[in-house]
Amino acid sequence: MDVHEFQAKELLAGFGVPLPRGIVAYSPDQAIFVATELGGSFWAVKAQVHSGARGKGGGVRLCRTHHEVGIAARDLLGKHLVTEQTGAQGKIVQRVYVEIAEAFDREIYLGFVLDRKIQRIRVIASSHGGMDIEDIARKDPQSILQTHVEPAVGMQPFQARELAFGLGLAGNQVSGAVKVILGCYRAFRDLDATMVEINPMVITPDDRVLALDAKMSFDDNALFRHPQVSEMRDPMQEDPREAQANQQGLNYIGLDGDIGCIINGAGLAMATMDMIKYAGGAPANFLDIGGGASPERVAEAFGLVLSDGSVKAILVNIFAGINRCDWVAQGVVRAAAGLKVPLVVRLAGTNVEEGRRIIGESGLPIISAADLADAAQKVVRAARA
Amino acid sequence: MSILIDQNTPVLVQGITGEKASFHTRAMIAYGTRVVAGVTPGRGGQRHLDVPVFDTVKDAVRASGAQASLSFVPPPYAGDALMEAADAGLRLVCVITDGIPAQDMMRVKRYLLRYPQAQRTMIVGPNCAGIISAGKAMLGIMPGGIYQRGNVGIVSRSGTLSYEAAAQMQALGIGVSTSVGIGGDPINGSSFIEHLALFEQDPETDAVVLIGEIGGPQEADAAAWIRENMRKPVVGYVAGVTAPKGRRMGHAGAIISAQGDTAAEKTQIMRSYGLRVAPSAAELGRTVAKALSEAR
Repeated sequence: MDVHEFQAKELLAGFGVPLPRGIVAYSPDQAIFVATELGGSFWAVKAQVHSGARGKGGGVRLCRTHHEVGIAARDLLGKHLVTEQTGAQGKIVQRVYVEIAEAFDREIYLGFVLDRKIQRIRVIASSHGGMDIEDIARKDPQSILQTHVEPAVGMQPFQARELAFGLGLAGNQVSGAVKVILGCYRAFRDLDATMVEINPMVITPDDRVLALDAKMSFDDNALFRHPQVSEMRDPMQEDPREAQANQQGLNYIGLDGDIGCIINGAGLAMATMDMIKYAGGAPANFLDIGGGASPERVAEAFGLVLSDGSVKAILVNIFAGINRCDWVAQGVVRAAAGLKVPLVVRLAGTNVEEGRRIIGESGLPIISAADLADAAQKVVRAARA
Repeated sequence: MSILIDQNTPVLVQGITGEKASFHTRAMIAYGTRVVAGVTPGRGGQRHLDVPVFDTVKDAVRASGAQASLSFVPPPYAGDALMEAADAGLRLVCVITDGIPAQDMMRVKRYLLRYPQAQRTMIVGPNCAGIISAGKAMLGIMPGGIYQRGNVGIVSRSGTLSYEAAAQMQALGIGVSTSVGIGGDPINGSSFIEHLALFEQDPETDAVVLIGEIGGPQEADAAAWIRENMRKPVVGYVAGVTAPKGRRMGHAGAIISAQGDTAAEKTQIMRSYGLRVAPSAAELGRTVAKALSEAR
C-alpha cells in the first residue's frame, strides 16, 4: 500500500524525523490560508499523488507570494498530473501540500528496502540527492553507500554515523543526519514498511538536516496491525477496477489487452497470461481467484472482468486442488448466462469430469479447452472473431 | 526414504481445529500420511478428526514423537507458531498460511540462527501448497490424484503451476518423487537451493523441475548453484513474461522491483547456466520427457 507525501511525513514526524513545516490544502483559498499560517516568504506547493518524479511533471511549484500560492493550487487541484510513473492518464490531484521552502546547500539520497537476497533491511545513501536511485546506480555506483540491519538488535547509531561521515557530513550535520536515518529506520520497522525513500534529505545553510521529500510503501500483509496506516489508503489514486477488486477481496490487476482472465493461483495466472501472449493475444487483466472459489466468487470475478469494456473474450482456467471443478462449473454457468462475449473454459483437477458435465449440459455456448495451450489458442481466436 | 517426508514421518498440524486445516488434514490422513497430533492453544486434551490435540508444540512432540508440522496458523500468529515449532525441535515445518508480514518472516529466519546448523528446523513456505512424496505422504493442500509415483522432483514457488507440471508429466507416464512448494512470499523459509541439494542426494530422483516467477534473486542463485553442484538434469520455467513492472502479481513476492527480477532475465540466466528451459507452461511435461531420455 502506498501513501501520499504528506501522510509519509506525518508518520515520520512521529518517529522524530525533522521535516520542513507544511500543511495540506484542498482548495486555492485553503492553500493561501495555510501559507499565511505557516509564515515565511517562500513556499513549495506540491501536488499530492502516488507518484515520484512530480517535480519533472510540473507538480511542484515554488511560490514567493500568497497570490502565487493560490495560483499554483488552482492550477494543480482537480487536474490529472502526468509523470513518468503515472502512465498517460495521470493521477488526480485532490490535495496540495503547502510547505516552507527551505534553502539548502546539499541534497542526499536516502532509502530503505527489504533486501530479498540477504533477508534484511538495507539502508542506501548517496550524495546524488534528487536523482533517481536507478540512475545513480547506473551513472555513479561508487557514490552509493550501504549497510544492512541486524534484526536481533535493530539499526545502531554507529551505522547511521558511518553513512553520515561517508557522505562527507561534519559537525552538527552528523547528529542531524543520524536523527533522520534512525527515525526512518524505526518507522520502517515499527510500521511494517516495504520501502522508505527520502529523496532528497537536505542540509540547510545553518546545518539543519531535513527530509525534504518522503515516500513510503507498506506491507499489505501487515496492515491488519496498523489501522492508522490502512486508514490512509486513497482509492482515488488507484485504477477504479482495482480499487473495487480490493474492496471485494479479489486479486485483480488491469492491463492493456482484450482477453479477460479468471484463474486460480498467481503462478498459473501469470503462466496463462504468457500463453495468451505467445498465441498472439493480449491479456486484459490478471485475476487470481484463489482457493475455495464458490459460485458467488466466480460470479463476482466475471462482473469485475466484464466491467472492463475492452474485453472481447474471457478465459477461465481453473486447476482445482482445494477448489472443486463442479463448484467452479456451477459458478461459471450462472455467470455465463447472458454473457455477450465468447467464453473459453479449461478445468482440471478435483472433480473435473463432474465439472465438464455441468458445463456441457448447461446448453450455453461455452468453449471447452483440454489443456493450457488449447485454452490460449481458442480464446485468442475467439477474441479476433 | 524420500526427501523431507515419507509414509513413516509422524506429523502434527498446527491450527488443526480451523476449517481449512480440518479439510486438508482429512485429505492427508486419507492419502496415508501419519498425522499423530494437532496443536491449538487452549484446546489441549480434546480429540479432533480422531487425533489428540495439545496446547503447545512441545507437549505434542513429547506425547506423539512428531517430527514435522504443517501450519495453518493465521497470519497474525504464524511467525510465533513457527518459532514455537522450531523451539520444540521439529526438523521440518511447512507453512500453508498466506499473508504473513514480511518482517515477521525476517525475524523468524533470524531466530532460527539460535540453533546450530545441524539442529536447525527446515522451513518450507510460507504461502505454499506444501510437500508431497507421491504415493507415500502428503503435507499440504495439493490434489493427491495428479501425482503418479516416479523419479522426477519438483520445486516450485507456485502451487497451481506445480500441479500443472505434475499433471502434464502424468499424462506422459512420468511420475513424481517429491514435489516441494517453497511459496510465493518475498522472504521464505527455504529457497530452491536447499531442496535441489536434497534432490541431488536422493536415490529416487533422476531429474528436477524448477518453477519460478518474477521477483527476487532465488532463480538466478539456484541456476548458478546448479552449475556448480548438480549432475542431475534440471528443467526450469519462469512465469510472468507479461507482468508489468512494479505491480504485485498475486503472490507477495511476485513483483519486478530490481535488476534481474523479470521472467525474461531469469530465463536467460537459467539458459546461460545450462538448465533446460521449458519454452512455455504448456510444455513442462514434454521438456522433462526430453531431459530424461537425453540423460539415459
